[in-house]
Amino acid sequence: MIRVYVSTVIDAPAATVWQSIRDFNGLPNWVPVVAESRIENYQPADRVGCVRNFRLRDGGVIREQLLALSDFDYACSYSILESPLGVENYVATLKLTPVTDGNRSFAEWSAEFDCDPGRERALLEQIGQGVFQAAFDNLKRLLAGRR
Amino acid sequence: MSLQRVTRSTIIDAPIERVWAILRDFNSHLDWHPIIAESRIEGGESPDQVGCVRAFRLKDGNELREQLLTLDDRNHVSTYCILDSTIPLQRYVATVRLAPVTDGNRTFWHWQSTFSTPPGRERELADAVGNGVYEAGFAALRDYLRRTPPPARAPAAAVVEGTGIVLGARGGPGELRRSLVRAAAPGPGEVRLRQSAIGVNYIDVYTRTGLAGGLVEVGGVPGFEAAGTVVDVGAGVVHLAPGDRVAYACLPAGAYASVRTMNAEQVVRLPAQVSDEQAAALMLKGCTAEYCLFRLHRAQPGDTVLVHAAAGGLGMLVAQWARALGCRVIGSVGSDEKARIARGYCDEVVVTREARFADAVLAATSGRGATLIVDGLGQPARDENMRAIAATGHWISVGQAGGPMQPIEPSWFSAKSVTFSRPVIFHYMADAQVRREMTARVFDALRDGRLRPQVTRYALTAAADAHRNLESRRTVGQVVLLA
Repeated sequence: MIRVYVSTVIDAPAATVWQSIRDFNGLPNWVPVVAESRIENYQPADRVGCVRNFRLRDGGVIREQLLALSDFDYACSYSILESPLGVENYVATLKLTPVTDGNRSFAEWSAEFDCDPGRERALLEQIGQGVFQAAFDNLKRLLAGRR
Repeated sequence: MSLQRVTRSTIIDAPIERVWAILRDFNSHLDWHPIIAESRIEGGESPDQVGCVRAFRLKDGNELREQLLTLDDRNHVSTYCILDSTIPLQRYVATVRLAPVTDGNRTFWHWQSTFSTPPGRERELADAVGNGVYEAGFAALRDYLRRTPPPARAPAAAVVEGTGIVLGARGGPGELRRSLVRAAAPGPGEVRLRQSAIGVNYIDVYTRTGLAGGLVEVGGVPGFEAAGTVVDVGAGVVHLAPGDRVAYACLPAGAYASVRTMNAEQVVRLPAQVSDEQAAALMLKGCTAEYCLFRLHRAQPGDTVLVHAAAGGLGMLVAQWARALGCRVIGSVGSDEKARIARGYCDEVVVTREARFADAVLAATSGRGATLIVDGLGQPARDENMRAIAATGHWISVGQAGGPMQPIEPSWFSAKSVTFSRPVIFHYMADAQVRREMTARVFDALRDGRLRPQVTRYALTAAADAHRNLESRRTVGQVVLLA
């Protein structure tokens, strides 16, 4: 089991940032590598257990299931059901915490998964920097000035 | 009465390791928080001991006692509660949590508490906690970090030079040659020590001659036991800090040196009342005595313990401790001078140059024999041990000072249902829990006088003389090299 952890400070209130993050069908709005997304079986996007089916810009398709959603803790967890990444037992958590000093947000995105030992380093980089950090950076640009 | 919650959080522009090093210290607030006038940990406990209590006096005259409930180095969490206070904060439990801000090497600091107050004072006390303590603390820690430069890692880059002994070739004591040694800056998990006292053990002779040659290469530094002071520690080492007095008895070899960089895991902190010299005399031999008498065999009244080389470094400690446990102790020694010393802590002493002790042991035990033999002699005592041991007795072979023991047929043991043990200290020391128990028991036994080491000192550069005297059976007690 390996773990990737990325965190950042976003200069917007947690309640504002959460509006972008809690939409389980909203990845194309803020995660650069995602081209399109839908929720399977006409479920609402905030129904725990629902499955999002999204296509990456490189053509790969990923299916992920919402495991937990907390509007109280500003947190959600999900697992990968299918993907071309070559990962197993993948569970990720995205969580916001208000920074009271400056009315900002502390955002943490972590994932644990199994993979072939030879691919650990490449996957840590691809997921941590290529997906999580790139998405945070993009979110910060989108939210700049929205306070 | 309802609980209210106060939460404050901020971003500190410093790496999490630096912020956590300060906040994990339950007694650090006096250094950085402006409202604290006095802080001390009660009962002399370590400020990272979960359960410890700090007594604060504030600058406004208030006093409070707080207890550490959780300390989590992995998740950077510290939880504490107020035990009693002149401020009416009731059922107060607070948690400090840090998290790294990975893009920018900064630190997120979350400080939260729940508590209740007398009616009507909710707002006032919530502000006092949230602003007067937490927010003021954020600002004060920022200021403290600016004033205090990061821990001096700079000198750590430099190699520290010292004096040591290297093995020139396999052979006699003369092969122990003085040499310049270098201790590199400690890497992750390592510690660099300035060593003041080094224990000499019979295993050092075996590694020199080649009987245990695999443990020290030619050109390498011998020795497995030393005490001294921490110079600096590498990343990830949290149980030691610069200035700590420490000791160890572990693999790999490398103890015969005034400076050393090594894996920190098996290096233990010394209680204030144990000197470096005592630690160097006791870490390996005291812990060997401990596992012989408390683990391999549970020595108790009714045991007759035969200890060979009873005036030697290990034999003396085994005999003293066995006697304190209520055993009858018979010591074998090689000279009248050693007999005079051994009589100070043995019930009977057999003086024999050629390891002829069985008749004396049988005579002293009405023919029954010894229920436990702690044998550092090896081959010369082999056959006599079998005569001297009682039925169902336990023979612990801890050394071969007289030469390597010839093979023994298993049927030999069945003649008396004898248990034979051939322990090696390093297997016991490798387990953290066992290591803690053994060293604590040895230091306790030193403090209350059950162990009374008699140290013979040599200069580190005279290690060859120490070996020569040890091998020619001229030394008494524990041999320590002073660096």
